[in-house]
Amino acid sequence: MSARTVSTRSRWDAIVIGGGHNGLTAAAYLARGGCDVLLVERRGVLGGATLTEEPFPGFRYSVFSYLVNLLRPEVIHELDLVRHGLHIQPTESTLNPLPGGDELYREADPGRSYHNIARHSRRDAEAYPEFKLEMTHMARLVHRLQDTAPAELLGREAAGVEGRGAVEQGELAADLVRHFLDLPRAQLLLFARMMTMSAADLVDRWFETDALKAALTTSSIIGSFFSPRSPGSAYVMLHHYMGEVDGDYRGWGFQKGGTGAVAEAIAGAARSFGADLRTEAPVEQVIVENGRASGVALADGAELRADMVASSCTPQVSFRRLVPSGVLPADLLERVDAWKSQGCSGKVNLSLSELPRFASRPEPGPHLAGGVSIAPGLDYVEQAFDDCRGGSFSRRPFVDLVIPSVFDRDMAPPGQHVLSCFVQYAPYDPGEGGWEAQREAFGDAVIEVLAEHIVNLEGSILHRQVLTPVDIERIAGITGGNIFHGELSLAQLLLNRPAPEASSYRTPLPGYYVCGSASHPGGGISGAPGRLCALRMLADRGGAR
Amino acid sequence: MTRSKSAEKKAPEGTQAIQRALHLLEELASGVRDRGLGDLAAALDLTKPTAHRILAALEAGGLVARSPEGALYRLGPRAGEIDRAALRQRGGSLAETTPFHRRILEHVTSFSWREWSGYQCPLTYGHSYGREYWAVRDAAGVIDVSPLDKLEVRGPQARALLQRVTTRDLAKLRPGRVAYSTWCDDAGKVLQDGNVVCLADDRFRLTAAHPTLRWLEDCGLGLDAEVVDVSREIAALALQGPRSRAILQEISSGADALGALGYFGALATSIDGVAVEVTRTGFTGDLGYELWIPADAAEPVWDALFRAGAKHGLLPVGLDALDVLRIEAGLVLIDVDYVAAHQSLLERRKSTPDEAGLGWTVKLTPGNEFVGRPAIERERAAANGGGAAWALVGVEVPWFELERVHGSLGLRPLSPGQSPVRKPAPLLQAGRQVGQVTSQVFSPLLKKQIGIASVEVGSAEVGTLLELEAVVDTRRVTFVARVVRLPFYDPERKRSTPPAETIGTETIGTEAIGTDAIGTEAIERAHGRSAETRS
Repeated sequence: MSARTVSTRSRWDAIVIGGGHNGLTAAAYLARGGCDVLLVERRGVLGGATLTEEPFPGFRYSVFSYLVNLLRPEVIHELDLVRHGLHIQPTESTLNPLPGGDELYREADPGRSYHNIARHSRRDAEAYPEFKLEMTHMARLVHRLQDTAPAELLGREAAGVEGRGAVEQGELAADLVRHFLDLPRAQLLLFARMMTMSAADLVDRWFETDALKAALTTSSIIGSFFSPRSPGSAYVMLHHYMGEVDGDYRGWGFQKGGTGAVAEAIAGAARSFGADLRTEAPVEQVIVENGRASGVALADGAELRADMVASSCTPQVSFRRLVPSGVLPADLLERVDAWKSQGCSGKVNLSLSELPRFASRPEPGPHLAGGVSIAPGLDYVEQAFDDCRGGSFSRRPFVDLVIPSVFDRDMAPPGQHVLSCFVQYAPYDPGEGGWEAQREAFGDAVIEVLAEHIVNLEGSILHRQVLTPVDIERIAGITGGNIFHGELSLAQLLLNRPAPEASSYRTPLPGYYVCGSASHPGGGISGAPGRLCALRMLADRGGAR
Repeated sequence: MTRSKSAEKKAPEGTQAIQRALHLLEELASGVRDRGLGDLAAALDLTKPTAHRILAALEAGGLVARSPEGALYRLGPRAGEIDRAALRQRGGSLAETTPFHRRILEHVTSFSWREWSGYQCPLTYGHSYGREYWAVRDAAGVIDVSPLDKLEVRGPQARALLQRVTTRDLAKLRPGRVAYSTWCDDAGKVLQDGNVVCLADDRFRLTAAHPTLRWLEDCGLGLDAEVVDVSREIAALALQGPRSRAILQEISSGADALGALGYFGALATSIDGVAVEVTRTGFTGDLGYELWIPADAAEPVWDALFRAGAKHGLLPVGLDALDVLRIEAGLVLIDVDYVAAHQSLLERRKSTPDEAGLGWTVKLTPGNEFVGRPAIERERAAANGGGAAWALVGVEVPWFELERVHGSLGLRPLSPGQSPVRKPAPLLQAGRQVGQVTSQVFSPLLKKQIGIASVEVGSAEVGTLLELEAVVDTRRVTFVARVVRLPFYDPERKRSTPPAETIGTETIGTEAIGTDAIGTEAIERAHGRSAETRS
């Protein structure tokens, strides 16, 4: 299929709205399954929040998302992403700088990690591998959940689907029930507790070192407007544990070329299967005819028809903005209005003239090819949260940083570097003149915290880019700027993601589907909602024939 | 270095400075962290000027070194040498060390070694090969390949001697070109493989894994040529990876010529005033060079490389990473993927070049009368029964198969960073063993298990499904493995040269990879097949 022939078309089997990683994944799977697919993206570039840009000559930033660990092996291998440019180098360590030039350093090697942690507490060093094993058990449980639509897990949808599908889903549900029943009782109970407890309570039972507790629980707050002491935060921690790099749970990886290159790889796969990916094509509305979604109307007036339409946007956009009013049930719309998707994180990207020198490790070494997390204690993180709860950004925020140019020298000119900082907490509305007035003060607060641990930071900053929830919303189109399209709290998971009526990726509007991060299993560069939604659509299409 | 307070008590008068120096060394040896002057002085109850004076003397002698920014003290390279000498004198039999050993010690943190031809070489520098592997694929890495056997063949009939030995036709090998070749015994069975570089019309250098001087001398009877072992005189570094060209151009004279150096080309240059020969060769399947350096000037060249390389992400790379890289590149290793004919107890373990996957190095051109040619010609003529019994192929186990088999045991596929497996693993077809995987590893880049295998020719067709035996946890399992073409990874940069400066690349160098055997088209076909992995 050449670009020329499709450009004059006005009818497809399926149209996907939004060119982020989930939209692209959905388009790739639909095309792979034999559909004629058109993807329409509002911006001039594909990728959504998986985006690499060069805002300053020679310095390339992974603008928003910065590491990969949730990308499903199914998506990698079924779409043959390695051939299309997927190139992920695992990070091997985590450094937690502490006040006074101290540190907590964890490496992939368990023996080395033991000695590093034992500097703080022998008991904790001993407990650490046991804790990791326990979390692996837990991750295996949720791992099973993330490859299946939640409605199917409970067999609800099975009755409505004919033939083989019903049998397969019935078996799957039975298999999962068996899986849970076979679990040792202690694990099952822990799992039940983890769905509701706080991350701090979880680690309190294992460890005595405050810095270690903070280090382990920062993943529980990423993208969520709560603290490690908030009930429900343990699940978010688990959500990240089920991420993997080559089978290693909790592994993180850096994509060569930044996360934008992940989107490019998925786009390459989609094109290889024949999908048509169109940019600068903002959708005005989903066309509804005879009670079915039958295409999209673009902002420029063009009407493109399709048997099926999938939206990878946030629930607010997918249900409130794109679908004409009166079409969707009021119940669903109420849920959408109550959807918690408050932005709470920002991003500070820096260009540096030299490698950062950490007070505890001034020389270059493997720690620079790992993650660095500034969250020296639970109270520190709690205070950062309190600032935000009070309506402002954290004066001393939690910062998760990586140095992409250490993995990929093409991200910066030789000898120079880029530093990517994920920052929490930053509210959607910081008050007092909004972000336009406070953006630089927020950037300064981040630099100030970093400078306490990076001795050469202040003299080495060449450029800085400060991004707030408002920018995430403006650039990536994510309502409220929540990186997961909605918090990963229990009330917004599984059957409730994004709403019971839409948890099978179908919506109450026939022919209209949702495939974004607000669908099960949730956010992060996973491709999982996109894949599961496309498989649902392909099955529906098969059933209709 | 052991602590000995008793030495202090018994020390005679007038040796106070020596005692203090000794205590400073012991203090430095007592921890893993670099120490500041004030901290050291306080620990030993010395004034700062005194401590500084003694440390300066020790530093001048190499027993103490300072951290790169100069503020902190640590033990110096001489300390390690003395330690080593002490071990030697104690009567232990120690491996040889290469001319880069002191530099290697400065980088190594794992202290895991493998002996290679009797030389002590780092298996990994850090706790796993991960970063070293990625450095070569994404930036640049340096591998100490000094343990290679290096022979110079000189004299009016040097070319004739090599022509008689190697399967390649070296008649047209010009100065500045390198030819990869195989050599065989009379029965046409492979003895070894290696590189021949033409230094001048009457001067060649042959590099290979095993010593081969005797074989060359024996084959050269009656020819006016001499074979000289230069193994110890020449130190060698492999500089490999996409940034290797930029690093080398920065530090050597004649950057333009280096930029134009084609695949399997050679040239003489100078690095930091040291005369170095550069060949565009390597064992990683990536853009790369090998540097042939006078052994007594080895360290300055290493230092120059790292000075320029730091900003490009250059890392020293150990043998584990090298193994992963060369498996991805589909490059066979002697003693691992094939057995040298003269060292094989079993006749069936010997291979002809075709069987070892090196058939493309055999040139049956008129006048290329090499040892073993008649036997190889007979084998090729026989084909269809009686011909080559074995074929060298790639096998791959896709991710989902790894997941399925591990999952059946309640496990996830693997933890990354596992060392390559060099122990043969049986390959079966319908329950009958038809071959073996001789090297295998999980490819970090391709995200599947890959292996180099010898299989019966009847089972060697690309796409054939075989069963690969393995032990997972404690259980014997079989994976479904698929026969694929080698190499697994073949970036264009490996053999491409920046345009407009392609002089000299049209000769045998372009042939060196054996485009006749594994052409681009074939590789694309192979890739096309891997796309169907899960259908």
